[in-house]
Formats: sequence, C-alpha cells, structure tokens
Amino acid sequence: MKRITLITGHYGSGKTNFTVNLALQQAAVGKKVTVVDLDIVNPYFRTADFANLFAENGIQLEKTLYANTSLDIPAISFDLARMAYEADCLIIDVGGDDAGAIALGRYAEMLQSYQEELDMWYVVNRYRYLTAKPEEALALLYEIEQAARLHHTGIINNSNLGRETTAELVMEAIPYAETIAETAGLPLICTTYRADLPVQVEHGFPVQVYVKPIWE
Amino acid sequence: MERSLMKGNEALAEAAIRAGCKCFFGYPITPQTELSAYMAKKMQKAGGVFLQAESEIAAINMVLGATSTGVRAMTSSSSPGISLKAEGISYMAGSDLPGVIINVQRGGPGLGSIQPAQSDYYQATHAMGHGDFHIFVFAPSSVQEMVDMVTLAFDKADQYRMPAMILADGLLGQMMEPVTFPEPMKNLPDKSDWATNGHKKQRAHHIINSLFLDPEQLEQKVKERFARYATVEANETQAESYLCDDAEIVVTAYGASARVAKSAVNAVRKEGIKAGLFRPITLWPFPKTELQNATKSAKQILDVEMSMGQMVDDVRLATECRIPVSFFGRTGGVIPTPAEVLAELKKLAGGAE
Repeated sequence: MKRITLITGHYGSGKTNFTVNLALQQAAVGKKVTVVDLDIVNPYFRTADFANLFAENGIQLEKTLYANTSLDIPAISFDLARMAYEADCLIIDVGGDDAGAIALGRYAEMLQSYQEELDMWYVVNRYRYLTAKPEEALALLYEIEQAARLHHTGIINNSNLGRETTAELVMEAIPYAETIAETAGLPLICTTYRADLPVQVEHGFPVQVYVKPIWE
Repeated sequence: MERSLMKGNEALAEAAIRAGCKCFFGYPITPQTELSAYMAKKMQKAGGVFLQAESEIAAINMVLGATSTGVRAMTSSSSPGISLKAEGISYMAGSDLPGVIINVQRGGPGLGSIQPAQSDYYQATHAMGHGDFHIFVFAPSSVQEMVDMVTLAFDKADQYRMPAMILADGLLGQMMEPVTFPEPMKNLPDKSDWATNGHKKQRAHHIINSLFLDPEQLEQKVKERFARYATVEANETQAESYLCDDAEIVVTAYGASARVAKSAVNAVRKEGIKAGLFRPITLWPFPKTELQNATKSAKQILDVEMSMGQMVDDVRLATECRIPVSFFGRTGGVIPTPAEVLAELKKLAGGAE
C-alpha cells in the first residue's frame, strides 16, 4: 500500500466500513495510521463514529471540529497538507458521490505533489440501487474525478447486501467489478467479503462489519 | 426478485415514484436531504416534476395545488420544516385532498438537533394543524416498510381523500437495508368526479376550497368528514404483535425504537422473563383493539420512545388504564440502546441486579 490512500465512492457503497477495516489492518502490521474523515456532506454513519475503536488500536483520527454535533457544518478545521507531509500511513475517507468529493478537490494540487506515494480508490457496490449497472458506477467515477480534480488508481469491489450478503452474492458481483475496472483502465485492487463467509476469491479482503445500527 | 441495498430516504423516494407520484416539492433539511436529492436526480427521468420550493410553506401549498388536479404529489421534511407545513396540511384536510407528507424526525423543540427523534408524535397524531381533522400517520420500522408504506399511504390518501404522513426518523432515513420494490403502479385511482383538471365546458366546475361562508355548512362538512374518519378507525389500523401471547410485560414502541425494543425483548426472553413487543404501524388510526388483544396476559406495559413519552397516553387510553404503563425514553437526538431497555425490563420484572 502506498503512503496516502484516498477512498471515494457512491454514498452507501461502504467506504467507511472499508476505511475502518483498512486502517485496522495497517495498524496491525505496525504502521502508524492516521484516518481523516473528510465527509462534510453526511452527518450520520461516518468514520468519526469510530473514535473509540481507533483510539484502542493506536490509530489517529482527524475529523472536522463539529463532526457529530448539530453544528455539522461543511467546514474543514484540520491541516491536511501537514498530515500528507508527515503521516506514515494516511487514509482519507472522502464523502459520498461528487458532492462529497468537492472537499477533496480543494486539496488536489497539494495531493498531486505526492503522486508517486498516493492512491485513489473507488469503492463500488453492485447491490446499491443507483450504481447497480457498471455504466452507472462508471458515470459516477468520472463525476467524482471532476469534483476531486484527481484521477482514480484502482477499484475496490465492496459489493454487499447488508446482513443478507451471501458468498454467492459476493461471487456474482465480481464480473460487475471487473467490467468497471476494465472499462476505466484501472486495476481491481480487492474484493471485500464478510470474514465469516466462505468466499474464495483472487485479491480477497475479509472485513468485519463495523457500520451498523445500534440494535445489531 | 431483485434485492437492492437502499438508504431509508432513497427508498421513500423511489417507492413514491413507483407509486405514481408525479410531483415532488421540497426544501432541504437534515436528516431527510437524500430524499430530495434522489427526487432531483430521478423525478424528471420518471416523467414527473421535481421542484425545490422557496420555503416549506411554499412546498406544501404546491402539493395542495398539484393534488387538486388529481395527480399524486408528495413533500418531505424534518421536524422544524413540518411545523412550517402545518397550515398547508390543515388546508389540504379542509379541502379533502390526498397527498403524502414525509417527516424524517429530528430532535426538538426549535432547531433542536439533527439526530434522530420521535418527538413529533403528538403533532402528527393529534394536532397536525388547526381545526377538526385527522390525517393518516404510518410508522415504518425498516427500510422495506418505508417502501411498502409509501405505496399504502398514496392508496389510502386517495381512497379517503385525506393527507397521509409517513412518520419516520433520522435513523431510519439514514440507515441502509436490503429492499425489494414493487412494480411501478399503472392504474391509478380515477379522480374525475372531483379533480380540478379542466372542465372543457363539458361539465360543471369542480371546486377545491376550505373556506365556508356559512358556519352550519362547515359544521355539516366536518361531521361528514368525521363519519369517514370513523370508517378509517374501524378498517385501517395496523400493528405487529411479537411474542405477546404469554407476555407478562408488553413493550409498546414504534419505528426505530421498536427495533431497539425487539432486540431487548429477545435478550430478556433468554433470561426467562416473559416479555413481548407491540408495535403500532398506524399511529393514526391508533390500533386500540390490537393493543387490547396483545395485552391480555400482560401485567405491565413499558412504553419506549425517542421522546419524553408522547405515545404513553394513547397506550393508556387504548388499554383503559387497566394495566400500569411505565415509560423509558431518550430524547433530543439520543437513541435508546437495547441494553438500557433490557435494564428497564429487568427492573419491572423485579429481577434487577
């Protein structure tokens, strides 16, 4: 993994759950991980919810000053340029859709100066209604690139149907992710699956489900 | 059947389009914004109109205008915005107009918070505006139910010529669950006997109006309407009873609170405490008979809400105060946890540790 990783995607594609898993994995192999919650669009189910989990695992969390309050305003209060310069492993969870990627666009020039050390991964989910077809997911990929003023470098296949996800559903979504990757000319970085599912897949990335309602 | 992972807010919007909703008028507010955003993206493609109004008051009056012409129309907002729509909803009820209003509730009063709450129960069920009237109030507790109830709300609103509200909350609006959508509705109800859609000099004028010059005429109209409400109360209640048959403690909860409560009921059952869950699905009409049946073996009722206890009185009235009703709730945007409800149940069962 490169030093800086940007995670983008359709809202609800599972960016946050993937980010949490990736951060925990990188921390487990001994990296000093910083996670940035750059979501200034959606005040619910966001990376900043996992402050305790991150603290327990020695992961530094950066969020906007008023995240998770009723003053959740679209303003960024931290110094991303300094983090990009200093961090050992920096994972930036970008807000959903092109609307969420606008915040990233503000840092495009600064981030481009780290081009060799930077990846921007697009998270796709075959079972999300508005991006169920490869062409829909691709249209959004380009919209996000325009807003972010940066180009993607890989695809994360995070196809899942929430608690109804089965190994079959994970496997059925692979051609979808491959089509997106191939058409966009990008590598398919990994296919995620809930760790308890019997999935055998190339570049598989087993995950735990951290983003879920309070009663589950 | 194709299953999709949907956010509650998106599911409400897609279900409305499939139910034949042709006009959506709204004004942005957290936590319902995804609904408007979805409509902005999809409504035009579906051959309808999406319009961001200049205010909530404008939006509800656009719904009044659109429903007058006989088309299916909808607006959505969150708590403070719904207060602004109250006048328009009263005018719609006074004009016998259908139309669907979505309230994705947040903490209040005032600007309150942007986190989930259920503190608009009184407003929705007892006083959604001035005057003698009722509206349908549906309370989904899953994303699939949000889909199903939008369809139902449009149908019932048309059938009885009443506004219908979906009373959701920020948690349901924002959470994601798998859903199946119904096929788009093709045959919508015929409203040609009252809709103001152009008489073409071939019929008498249809008049949509809530102003009456003669008070006795208004009284007559209101009484006719209340006869219709009595039919609704007799025929249109819905509720879910879960493990209530032998339950000594029945938890009453609706919407997201019912999800929390169900989890607590399951946990407490494992410890040998006979608990059940009664979940009203229609809040108006309130499922009184269903609650009476569900509490036949109950010695106690625990009402759980994300408010200071607004449904408690309806529960007491429905059970004619035969059974003591206690309350547990969190408010202001705080969600009760299954562990908190579990602790309350144990306390009531006398097994507090």
